[in-house]
Amino acid sequence: MTDTDLVLVQTGDFSVAHEYARLADDPADGAVVTFVGKVRDFNDGSEVTGLTLEHYPGMTEKVLQQIAQEARGRWPLNRLTLIHRVGSLQLGEQIVFIGVSSAHRKAAFDACEFLIDFLKTRAPFWKLEQGQQGRRWIDARDSDAQAAEAWASAQQAAEPSSLEHSSSEHSSLEKEA
Amino acid sequence: MIKVLFFAQVRELLGTDRIEIPAREGETADSLRQQLAARDDKWARVLGSDKLLVAVNQTLCQWNTTVADGDEVAFFPPVTGG
Repeated sequence: MTDTDLVLVQTGDFSVAHEYARLADDPADGAVVTFVGKVRDFNDGSEVTGLTLEHYPGMTEKVLQQIAQEARGRWPLNRLTLIHRVGSLQLGEQIVFIGVSSAHRKAAFDACEFLIDFLKTRAPFWKLEQGQQGRRWIDARDSDAQAAEAWASAQQAAEPSSLEHSSSEHSSLEKEA
Repeated sequence: MIKVLFFAQVRELLGTDRIEIPAREGETADSLRQQLAARDDKWARVLGSDKLLVAVNQTLCQWNTTVADGDEVAFFPPVTGG
């Protein structure tokens, strides 16, 4: 981790303006790309009232820093920020902030997309959804796994990863819940 | 001793978030899982899931990864953050 990386796991909210300002204050950069993930109403429409995010303290920070380093190995980036919230969140609240700065826009766009794709499949966070019909663990999505695999195969030179794993819309664990 | 952690559905279904068990000669993530699964039907069902992931010392790894005294092993379902 370099001093240009900021990796945070926190219960509190974050300010996009504040994070943007940190990413954007180096005149060497021509591009800043940011992404914010929010709590949406998911598949069950308005029945969802909130979300609780569990994580694996210790491993989470380590994985986020590894993902940041992987992005730096692929694109010329300057500043990089990963913030993920944990705990109880309401509909519409911000969950995750990803931001990068770079001399050029393509590197910044690609790195930002790579970061969220890898975070979704490798960082140990789990969403527990609350609705009028009770609580339910969110299943991993095949589409998320495929997005991460596409990045892995996009770079032939990249070392084979032992971190890939399959997932599906219907976890067998869920059936027991 | 090996520190074993459980997260999300795995933690809820087992009803515990951590246990400690003695290290054995030639232990792997998979042999540890099988040892725990032998406890009863519930543990067998939860730890027998083909979706289950394992991390040794806070790094996601394969089932044949060696596990030694003092290691931290975590079992959990596919991740869903972001």
